[in-house]
Amino acid sequence: MTPQLEVQLIATIIAAACALPGVFLVLRRQAMISDAISHTVLLGIVIGFFVARSLDSPLLFLGAALTGVLTVSLVELLQRTRLVKEDTAIGLVFPALFSIAVIMISRYAGNVHLDIDAVLLGELAFAPFDRMLVAGLSLPRGLVVGSAILLLNLLFIIVFYKELKLATFDIGLAATLGFAPGLLHYALMTLVSVTAVAAFDAVGAILVVALMIAPPAAAYLLTDHLPRMIGLSMLIGIASAISGYWLARYLDVSIAGSMATMTGVAFTLALCFAPQRGLLAVAYRRMRQRWEFAQQMLALHLLHHEGTPEAVSEARVEHLNRHMRWAPAFAIRVVRRAEQRGLIQRQGELLLLTDAGRQMAQQVSVR
Amino acid sequence: MHTNTLAIEVTDLTVAYRDNPVLWDVDLAVPAGILMAIVGPNGAGKTTLIKAILGLVPIAAGQTLIYGKPYAVQRRLVGYVPQRGSVDWDFPTSVLDVVMMGRYGALGWIRRPGRRERDLAYEALEKVKMHNFADRQISQLSGGQQQRVFLARALVQDAQVYFMDEPFQGVDATTERTIVTLLQELRSAGKTVVVVHHDLQTVPQYFDWVTLLNVRRIASGMVSEVFTEENLRLTYGGRVTLIGHNSASSMLSEPLSAADHNKG
Repeated sequence: MTPQLEVQLIATIIAAACALPGVFLVLRRQAMISDAISHTVLLGIVIGFFVARSLDSPLLFLGAALTGVLTVSLVELLQRTRLVKEDTAIGLVFPALFSIAVIMISRYAGNVHLDIDAVLLGELAFAPFDRMLVAGLSLPRGLVVGSAILLLNLLFIIVFYKELKLATFDIGLAATLGFAPGLLHYALMTLVSVTAVAAFDAVGAILVVALMIAPPAAAYLLTDHLPRMIGLSMLIGIASAISGYWLARYLDVSIAGSMATMTGVAFTLALCFAPQRGLLAVAYRRMRQRWEFAQQMLALHLLHHEGTPEAVSEARVEHLNRHMRWAPAFAIRVVRRAEQRGLIQRQGELLLLTDAGRQMAQQVSVR
Repeated sequence: MHTNTLAIEVTDLTVAYRDNPVLWDVDLAVPAGILMAIVGPNGAGKTTLIKAILGLVPIAAGQTLIYGKPYAVQRRLVGYVPQRGSVDWDFPTSVLDVVMMGRYGALGWIRRPGRRERDLAYEALEKVKMHNFADRQISQLSGGQQQRVFLARALVQDAQVYFMDEPFQGVDATTERTIVTLLQELRSAGKTVVVVHHDLQTVPQYFDWVTLLNVRRIASGMVSEVFTEENLRLTYGGRVTLIGHNSASSMLSEPLSAADHNKG
């Protein structure tokens, strides 16, 4: 494999691994906790590093998982005092734990290979140089670790799919049926933590959030079906990662930055063009409703005065301007549309309802 | 009393947020096979009572039993219909899928729902006249339709005892009729149903037992015996006026029925 291909493969795997727990974070409205965890796991990594004296030790993952869980518990503890709200609690806990990690690195690890920039921003371009032997094959460490985490996430979500779905949709029912939603919650947070560590090499702590939240947020707009939302999130994450990689090469800029940018682009596209919930679809629906409603008003108005002496004055376009307070241009367009649809016909200056128009007006009036 | 057939038995139940009691020394003995309403003003602890029996809120004192045993070992006997507003109706799932969730308890951990669960869910949807909506996304439902989906989900649990938290809250006439019919069917099948209810006027019509609650249990028993002006006054603090002579058959509940959105 060429280094180029390896970098893209790592990015793909990390993106897919991040999207999986991300779907449930988005559905549980806990997106911000991923921001907190992706930072605070640094403390676990630092402590793991001091104990193991190596950056390759599984102790780093254990430390990260524990600090992830610690973060969530501290946030919940603060929240339970009812003196601070959840978002404030997150804003308090995460800088506290993160700053301890930063101080520890700068004080004790200044001369070893554990620098804050690499942890925060990652450096995917160097990933192919850090290799390990697996079954006699020399593979990039990021690829091996990323694949292991992706498998772990997949396994967890496949095995506990039913339980996760229930606890996310209706925590009360999950509890009464004995499915321990609290335990599932912490399991999910542990996954978020170890995924954040695995993603360090690729995108760094800060941009993990982009891969965890933006693809599921985009997928949420595109489908009403949970399994499809999970699949789409992974695909959107992968597409953002690979296009981000090429964007970075083309512009000669940070790979992590480009990948995160592309997740934002993907979300923006979904926001604008999602078939049902996208801004364009909504605007189009509103516009159509507006014209439809105007035609209904016109038909109803004509029906009211049909066959009465005042019809001669009421059923005229100028009258629409004066009495219905419609701008002349708007009135003309409504009349033209209604005419095209066969709801009304003109007789000189007079507007007359057709049978179809009369039917519509009658239907509307009973509503 | 029918000591060995009590469906629900609550003794000396106290639930408190710190030193502020939400339920204060409540006793309750509910025989099997009845329809019981729980009524009381806002903050009376109606929802809390249900949640305490289901183990969803911590208990400060007392105990609750379902058919003589703690809830934790009787889960399969109990069906729960939470307040409609307690879940996110924008969740990406279908009506049929939500109803199948009622079977999760019987399936236990890890096992997936299959054909049988699908059939049961569809049957339950037919009972609440929502089978035409089986594949609908849940965000497209009206309030009454949401409530019927929740009822169908409880039905597939095939429980002995049902707890329903304000199923009549803000529903249309069709849904109200469907629920009433369903409640009667459940009673004829020997089930016990406990309903948090707001509309005092319909209590005698829909239910045969009633519990009047205001932090303390004011009264509990057959509607014909305990649903009296006296007890209502004790529960609501004199804000209730009865019209007509024969106790609870018709009454005007001043600002209570429609105006309150219970959270207690």
